[in-house]
Amino acid sequence: MRSLNIPLDDDTIRSLKVGDPILLSGVMVTGRDAAHKWMVDTFIKKTRQPQGDDLEVYEAIKPLLKGGVIYHCGPVVAGLDTKQYRFVAAGPTTSIREEPYQGMVMQHFSIKAVIGKGGMGPKTLAACQEVPGVYLHAIGGAASLIAQTVTRVLAVYKLDFGVPEAMWVTEIKDFPAVVTMDAHGGSLHASVAEHSRAVLQELLAKA
Amino acid sequence: MPDITEKILELVRLTSTDLPPDVEASIRQAVEQEEPGSAARGALETILENVKLSRKNSTPICQDTGTPIFYVYYPSGWSTRELRQQIEDAVVQATKKAYLRPNSVDSISGKNSGNNLGGKHFPSIHFEEVEGDTLTIELILKGGGCENVGAQYSLPDTTLNAGRDLAGVRKVVLDAVYRAQGQGCAPGILGVAIGGDRGSSYYASKEVLYRKMDDHNPNPQLEAMEQRMVEEANQLGIGPMGFGGKTTLLGTKITHLNRLPASFFVSVSYMCWAYRRRKMTLTRDQVKYE
Repeated sequence: MRSLNIPLDDDTIRSLKVGDPILLSGVMVTGRDAAHKWMVDTFIKKTRQPQGDDLEVYEAIKPLLKGGVIYHCGPVVAGLDTKQYRFVAAGPTTSIREEPYQGMVMQHFSIKAVIGKGGMGPKTLAACQEVPGVYLHAIGGAASLIAQTVTRVLAVYKLDFGVPEAMWVTEIKDFPAVVTMDAHGGSLHASVAEHSRAVLQELLAKA
Repeated sequence: MPDITEKILELVRLTSTDLPPDVEASIRQAVEQEEPGSAARGALETILENVKLSRKNSTPICQDTGTPIFYVYYPSGWSTRELRQQIEDAVVQATKKAYLRPNSVDSISGKNSGNNLGGKHFPSIHFEEVEGDTLTIELILKGGGCENVGAQYSLPDTTLNAGRDLAGVRKVVLDAVYRAQGQGCAPGILGVAIGGDRGSSYYASKEVLYRKMDDHNPNPQLEAMEQRMVEEANQLGIGPMGFGGKTTLLGTKITHLNRLPASFFVSVSYMCWAYRRRKMTLTRDQVKYE
């Protein structure tokens, strides 16, 4: 199993292929539905004016995301009262909801890896080829186990989105994932979908 | 009426952190079906490791602790108003103790209430009066990933060539599994309701998920169909997490409701492998969890 450190360089990304298991270490940012919509509306499409701490947060996350990793995750966090935050459960959420945004967000921030579950579609796959980047699949529901690889919570932004939707800046050590979409156009999700579609057609033809 | 808030809190903790033995056994069997060294087998092994760790540390199996769905069967004399209050108090405490993630979001403002309460329907509580002197509370925590891949079909469905009979039901259920791919955290367990109106049909498709993995449907036709659905869905090759593999479903539970002459609904509730359902019974002051 390969160990990779964040930030990730282009040669490393291009060397990854669908099916490769990896262990990831370094600084990683979580972001899911509200965060992706906010990034696209405010800073990419600019259909919404920056408000409150938007610009401040943007400047803070930019260097973290450059060559970095975004994790589709809404964690269970202990220490909310004392602000001594600790991840208790932190598995991936379903990624496909970010399909309208992900490619744009990867391009804009130069994000090299997206972690989530369930895979993503053609727009994100195209961005993986262009940026270049990869999609890493974590094990859905393995939340206690994954939380143990989150060694520290370094900061939290946009807590007003709610605990699950906030952008948590974390330090991770040996976070386990599998490459399921690579920078060469390979997608395990596309091939599994295609195979299962063929089997479904055969089954539907039977009584 | 006694205060059982603490006992309900324990039910929530148990449900969130300790996968029921029948579900775990079913995942253990599935591991053996997958090729050694495959991503599918690796996923199931990781899942089992996580189940063990969550139980040991009393931490949530999955960070998406979902919608808490309570079914309460109460003997005559209990106040459902007070029971609701105690369930809500237990849910708030469970959230503070990080057994539950704050999951209740105002659909208009987008604001998370922070304590898992919100209006009349969060948490979701169903009450039914029963004979005898035992209070039973069943709880399922159903996450959003699997809830999102649930589906309702209205038969006949011309695109799938599915008519108004069990053969038609089979086709739409297979279609639902195909559409879900790995996104509902496969391997999944299906709750299927045939008939009803749109609301009662979905409701029944969740209620049927309180059945045990290895039990049998009292209706022989449906029993046969439950087994066939699992066999055929597993031929789709979607596999654990959608990585490809032999285990796409761990089980299927089917129920039926009377319907209108004009309507023939089939509702499919997809439950993820993290099939968190527990039950407590209280007879006088004797509490039992299973």
